[in-house]
Amino acid sequence: MTDNRFFDEMLTGAGDARVPYSEYAKWFSGEDPKVLLKKSNEAETFFRRIGITFNVYGQKEAQERLIPFDIVPRIIAAREWRLLEKGIEQRVRALNAFLADIYHRQEIIKSGRLPEHIISRNDAFLPQMVGMTPPGGVYTHIVGTDLVRTGENEFYVLEDNARTPSGVSYMLENRETMLQMFPELFTKMKVRPVSGYPAELRRSLSECAPPNFDRAKPRVAVLTPGIHNSAYFEHSFLADQMGAELVEAGDLRVVDGKVQMRTTMGYKPIDVIYRRVDDDFLDPLSFNPDSMLGVPGIMDVYRAGNITIANAPGTGIADDKALYSYMPDIVEFYTGEKAILKNVPTWRCSEPDSLQYVLDNLNELVVKEVHGSGGYGMLVGPAASKKELAEFGAKLRAKPDNYVAQPTLALSTVPIMTKKGLAPRHVDLRPYVLVAPGRVHITPGGLTRVALKEGSLVVNSSQGGGTKDTWVLGD
Amino acid sequence: MRLKISHTTTYAYDRPVDYALLQLRLTPRGGVAGQNVLSWSTRYEGATLQVAYEDHFRNAVEMVQMDDGSQSVSIHCSGEIETEDRTGVVGPGCGLAPLWLYRQPTKATTAGPVIRKLAAGAKDTLAENALSGVHDLSDRVAEAVSYAKGTTHVATSAEEAASAGQGVCQDHAQILISAARHLGLPARYVSGYLLLSDRIDQEAAHGWAEVWLEGLGWVGFDVSNAICPDDRYVRVAVGRDYSEAAPVHGLRQGGASEELCVSLQVQQ
Repeated sequence: MTDNRFFDEMLTGAGDARVPYSEYAKWFSGEDPKVLLKKSNEAETFFRRIGITFNVYGQKEAQERLIPFDIVPRIIAAREWRLLEKGIEQRVRALNAFLADIYHRQEIIKSGRLPEHIISRNDAFLPQMVGMTPPGGVYTHIVGTDLVRTGENEFYVLEDNARTPSGVSYMLENRETMLQMFPELFTKMKVRPVSGYPAELRRSLSECAPPNFDRAKPRVAVLTPGIHNSAYFEHSFLADQMGAELVEAGDLRVVDGKVQMRTTMGYKPIDVIYRRVDDDFLDPLSFNPDSMLGVPGIMDVYRAGNITIANAPGTGIADDKALYSYMPDIVEFYTGEKAILKNVPTWRCSEPDSLQYVLDNLNELVVKEVHGSGGYGMLVGPAASKKELAEFGAKLRAKPDNYVAQPTLALSTVPIMTKKGLAPRHVDLRPYVLVAPGRVHITPGGLTRVALKEGSLVVNSSQGGGTKDTWVLGD
Repeated sequence: MRLKISHTTTYAYDRPVDYALLQLRLTPRGGVAGQNVLSWSTRYEGATLQVAYEDHFRNAVEMVQMDDGSQSVSIHCSGEIETEDRTGVVGPGCGLAPLWLYRQPTKATTAGPVIRKLAAGAKDTLAENALSGVHDLSDRVAEAVSYAKGTTHVATSAEEAASAGQGVCQDHAQILISAARHLGLPARYVSGYLLLSDRIDQEAAHGWAEVWLEGLGWVGFDVSNAICPDDRYVRVAVGRDYSEAAPVHGLRQGGASEELCVSLQVQQ
């Protein structure tokens, strides 16, 4: 049964399947739930075998965990996807135009549409990027736009992950698993493939290579902080899947004005580096001198135009939570159009009136740290105890600039498989977007994260969320 | 005035260095008011040029790598610059770095109690007239911090030098920058050369401050010499503090001990 306060993507209030799910529901009703449950357990074995685990930060003993996988797919109709695609493309184009502007003439500030302090008081602004135009003019090559749904045609952007969105390996592996477990479903339904992502990633990164490389095709490398990083699996997986080199800082060195990798055949120049190392650690010569994870001199080579760094350093300024509330203006400023995708109404606690409102209505709001990520340090008002609310209120008063608040959204639900059969759980969606000069590619699908606990609205994997395969249907 | 400059910086090590990179900001700024670079050349011994580019403050940067097995590196710069006396007024400038960037304190220029007190003393004159206010502030810095070699080093912060009451041109400049920012004025560090009247050979390059004043743009203040830069000054690089405008910024692996030797001649 569905809870009619929330939009269920599979079943209507009357218990009928919505159109995108009709074929799936028909198939499901003919299956033995016991067999499905058994398959669900097999999925876990499958993930263990291929080795997808992640480390959870902030736990006493850092342990490797599996992100739970649910076998009921999240299905999106072709018509719904077209709307999302248009909206995401518009938003990502605006983000890139914004970054180019912020690191050049700052017209948006001069026009009065964005207060100066949003940029000037932001640690994510990287002075070393001032005046820098990356090869191909692209700043944020890989974006993961976090979306939530609240109704038939109601989608909101929750976050623009413009620095290093992770999780794409789950999108690919979830599909692989579903194809193996339920091949018959894929013959019945027109599910658009996601397997082209690594090739598209390689293609779009290559198109952003510096113009002066002298080889037949640009050499692409994935820079990982190393095996102890929580996303190391993804780094090696992506490098492998797109036929790129997987490198660590120690493998790289500046030689003849290029960043080059040590091989058994001598040094080989890198044209495009997909780095999964944060800005501050990227270059001990220009940034944090103690960093062991970065490549000394890479920023000099970058400024000289001899390498592409994806995403560009300093892109964090575009996905900051303090900036988020200005996104509708930003989209309009750079595209001349109204934003297609909605922004969640956001109170900036730095503004006294907003702070008062937030404090008065704390039990109804979600409060986030401006610079936080992954659901750490946030308060979900309706789920918090009196004591938690009081403690958080004190934190807010002490450092209001540090927080923004949003209404608790009635996130849509999609059923998961439980011992008692299908049960609705809240979900979000992260599609993966690739940007090349003059071209935006959105893989039809994405990562659906699901809050496995009944009633929970927190889908983050670090907070006990799981994932689902996301099916975008063809016409 | 035509100034001839010859500047050699040598780093010698007690054993070969495994790997070292040097970021050099040694080329005088061209295309700026009051300064015309007639000729300039840089060459290296024991190191090889990797890349050259313009940084976020429009400084000309060259990044070099020490040659394998080398035990010393020398950087020779020389050239001729034509200068004009603009009584310190550099003007609006043409970089893209926003003005607010120069209002932000850096690690080396964060004002502590000593600098805040220094700054407070110039508040009244500043309120009457910005230019006189910064002159007043510059005088106060010179009075509070006497010129003394060897008491501070390149990493000494403005507040540390101000508390000690002693320092060199770098410290004077950083203290003035810190105090000016504390009073809400954008300010920056300039590294460059200065023609001295009594000698040709100098021990080190020079550094001073520039403060942004509404209507005038950037105006130079040399606290150590109690004047605004004239045609004896050559501007090389700017930054929010010394570290960003430093002539040489390097990184090396291995524990070799380093000895620095500078030979600098500035003459007409």
